[in-house]
Order: sequence, then structure tokens, then C-alpha cells
Amino acid sequence: MKATVCVTLKPGLLDAQGKTVKSALESLGFKGIQDVRIGKYIEMELNGVKAAVARKDVERMCKRLLANPVVETYRIEVQ
Amino acid sequence: MKFGVVIFPGSNCDQDCVHVLRDVLGRSVAELWHQETSLKGCDAVVLPGGFSYGDYLRTGAVARFSPIMRAVTRFAHGGGLVIGICNGFQILLEAGLLPGAMLRNTGLRFICRFVTLRVERTDTPFTNRFQPGQVIRLPIAHNEGRYTIGTKELSAASAQTVFRYCDEQGRLTEAANPNGSTEAIVGLVNAKGNVLGMMPHPERAAEAALGSEDGRLVFESMVESLVAAK
Repeated sequence: MKATVCVTLKPGLLDAQGKTVKSALESLGFKGIQDVRIGKYIEMELNGVKAAVARKDVERMCKRLLANPVVETYRIEVQ
Repeated sequence: MKFGVVIFPGSNCDQDCVHVLRDVLGRSVAELWHQETSLKGCDAVVLPGGFSYGDYLRTGAVARFSPIMRAVTRFAHGGGLVIGICNGFQILLEAGLLPGAMLRNTGLRFICRFVTLRVERTDTPFTNRFQPGQVIRLPIAHNEGRYTIGTKELSAASAQTVFRYCDEQGRLTEAANPNGSTEAIVGLVNAKGNVLGMMPHPERAAEAALGSEDGRLVFESMVESLVAAK
């Protein structure tokens, strides 16, 4: 069972890295980029759990360790 | 009176802290390895700077779950003095012992230089040896030093702020803020005032030969506070 988590800065917080990457892309000639935000991508292989349990477990992992709830938000996908 | 300096894998400012406390201030110091479960009777705890766990995932995110942190948390909840310096501050934030969070510097560069700070509160166990509004010089060395906090918690954090970035005249200008910290917050205490986190390194400014002795006053304040408590 594979679980993936995307952790990003909460909207509204200045993402300095994202801004810098946006500038870099524009200087390469790419146009029409409204915004860029950079986050973390985490992949997990889970053994012997059903999807519903896996999702709950990963949710708890996000709350406890994988994301800082003060400044980050997360998205979970379980296959 | 005994000070405990915690050492995590990747801490690199612990020996400087030990040196200031033991050799400059002549106090008894115990080194506390992160896997220990007791504070060995220490009266105050220092979480030093460095790169605990290589700053993996988020700076301080893993160190906060070290075995020693249970004892540190109990000690802090019981009113014990805890100071977190740089990475130590980041660990205290991740552990929820101080409000807010730390983000990457807005300039995205590691900044390693002296800064001027204004002392906002002298009624804490870490700043009783300063004058209110005193402008001091301490070195910073960090890439993740942008202090941030939610709007609802900001006014409380503001009242708990102990140091702010300022210019040499003590003014809070944008140029004086090296990393984009909210309200130029450099360091703050918890609501009870027994836990302090600060990004600059007072242990690197405790002897004249290093260019500033302002940092020594932080440790002297702690000693003063412990003496008064006896």
C-alpha cells in the first residue's frame, strides 16, 4: 500500500523559494506564471493495512511529525 | 547550581555554551546526551545551536522527539529555566514549548554576522541584567531564522518578546531585520517567562576577545535568577 503526502506552506505565507523560482522561470522566458509555491513530497510504503486505516495513520503522522501545523498544510493520497 | 547543556546528534554549539558557563562564569555544567532520560538535577537547561539531525524534514522537527526532551518538557512545565539558542529555539518551537514557528530567511541566504538588538523586557530570568531598551550586539548564524506566528497569537507573542532586531539607534527598521521575522522578533519567552528562545548566539559574545560581551549578560541573568530563587 503506497501513501504519498504533499506538504506546503499555508496560503498567505510568503514563500521566498517559490518567488525566487518564479523569477528564475520568467528570466528563462516562461510567461503567464501566476504563482509558484514549493513544498515537500513524501512517499511511504505501508505493509498490511487497509486503505481506510492507512489514511488515518498517515493523517496522524502528518499532524505529529510530517507537517508543522503552525505554518504548513498537507494533502494525502493512499493507493 | 548546575547548568545542563543538551547535545543532540548534529548540535555544534554545545561546547561553546559549556565553555561560557564553566570557564567564564565558573559554574558547574553537565553535558546531557539526547538519549538520556534525566536532567541529572540541573537547575537550568540549555538547548544549544547547530544542525540537529541535519535539519532533516524541518529544523528541530526530529530532535524534539529525543528521549531527553520528555524530561526537558516536564522541567519547563514545572517552571524550570530553559534557554534554546538558534537550533535550540527551533526545537522549542517544534516541541510547542514556545509559540510560533521558524521559516527560511526571506533572502534565502545563510546569514552569519553581528546584528544589533533591542532588549524589550528586563523582567525575565534571562534579561534581568540588561537595561530596558538597551541596544546590544550579538552574532547570528542561520538560514531558517524568520520567526512567524498566526495573527490570533501575535499580540500575546508580542508581549512575550524579549529581543527585537533594531538599528544602532534602537529603531525597528526594515533594513535592521535580517530575515523577515514578524515584528522583528528575535527571541521570546513563554507566557510563564521561564522558557526563552533566541536566534542569536549569546555564547559567542561572552568574552571581549570575540567582539562583544553582551551575550554574557544572558547567562549572568540566569545565574542571578537562580541565586535569588534559593
